[in-house]
Amino acid sequence: MGTGGVFLVLATFLASAVEMVEALTIVLAVGVTRGWRSALIGAAAATGALALVIAALGPALTLVPIDVLRLVVGALLLVFGLQWLRKAILRASGYKSMHDEDAVFAQERAEAMAAGRVERAGLDWYSFVLAFKGVFLEGMEVAFIVITFGSAQGSIPLAAVGASGAVIIVGTVGALVRTPLGRVPENTMKFAVGVMLTTFGTFWGGEGTGVRWPGGDAAILVILGFVVLSSVGLVRILQAGRARALGLRPQAEPVGTET
Amino acid sequence: MRQLRAFFRFWYDFIVGDDWRVAVGLAIALALSAALAHGGIPAWWFLPLAVVALLAGSVWRSVRPLRADGR
Repeated sequence: MGTGGVFLVLATFLASAVEMVEALTIVLAVGVTRGWRSALIGAAAATGALALVIAALGPALTLVPIDVLRLVVGALLLVFGLQWLRKAILRASGYKSMHDEDAVFAQERAEAMAAGRVERAGLDWYSFVLAFKGVFLEGMEVAFIVITFGSAQGSIPLAAVGASGAVIIVGTVGALVRTPLGRVPENTMKFAVGVMLTTFGTFWGGEGTGVRWPGGDAAILVILGFVVLSSVGLVRILQAGRARALGLRPQAEPVGTET
Repeated sequence: MRQLRAFFRFWYDFIVGDDWRVAVGLAIALALSAALAHGGIPAWWFLPLAVVALLAGSVWRSVRPLRADGR
């Protein structure tokens, strides 16, 4: 497995782990409050639907000419990557609150307790729908990352291995501890995913537009370094500006530090 | 009709997200990159710079109202 393959597995693993932690919080809140059966059936149905999306779209994308594919994939990864990265930069610099799984869990639990009970198809419909939506919507972006990243790199199965690994690990830990995984360094992982999606989006988007990168695939590492340095630079500038505005000394926290 | 609107809303939010200027900027950056590359001009430097500029612009637009609030 070359550098591209390692990044492929790492990116899909991290993206999947982050989204899985968020989906797990929703399923746990519903399961703990209203019972596990409907919540688990909803989560399983959503996982099956996501697998169908990947199975249907993945092979279809392999029919697209490689330059067109890389242009489309690059553009999509850049759109996703820049959104992830912007939020991560705002969190790291203190302009956006850190994602707090415990707070999300408490809110979901309160809403689940307050909701009425409607039986459909032998299921607690609220639990089923909430668990399905939680897993499906959180997983949809991962499915797109697996499809786009995998097809541009020429290995959807390898991308699926990274994503499935995260689902298995997070799912197993969640089943064992049965509490939100608040100690997972979610914000740092989001920063890393944003950097990787932006890096590969730039590389493939460039190739799709006819750019010939100096050094070939080795240019990925240079772009990666450039994106990391630029992002860290933005965090530092924002931290300094915020500290000035608040009349404090600039913070010296490493980028992505959990609070 | 409402479901159709919700369907398009979902895909718009999913792909474009909450800052449409980034999506438009990326489309323009990719078009310029293609124009440079097909014009015989080395274009490898352009897209990384454009991407970081778009990121900085998007971050700035998010921060500006917060700074105005004194946060």
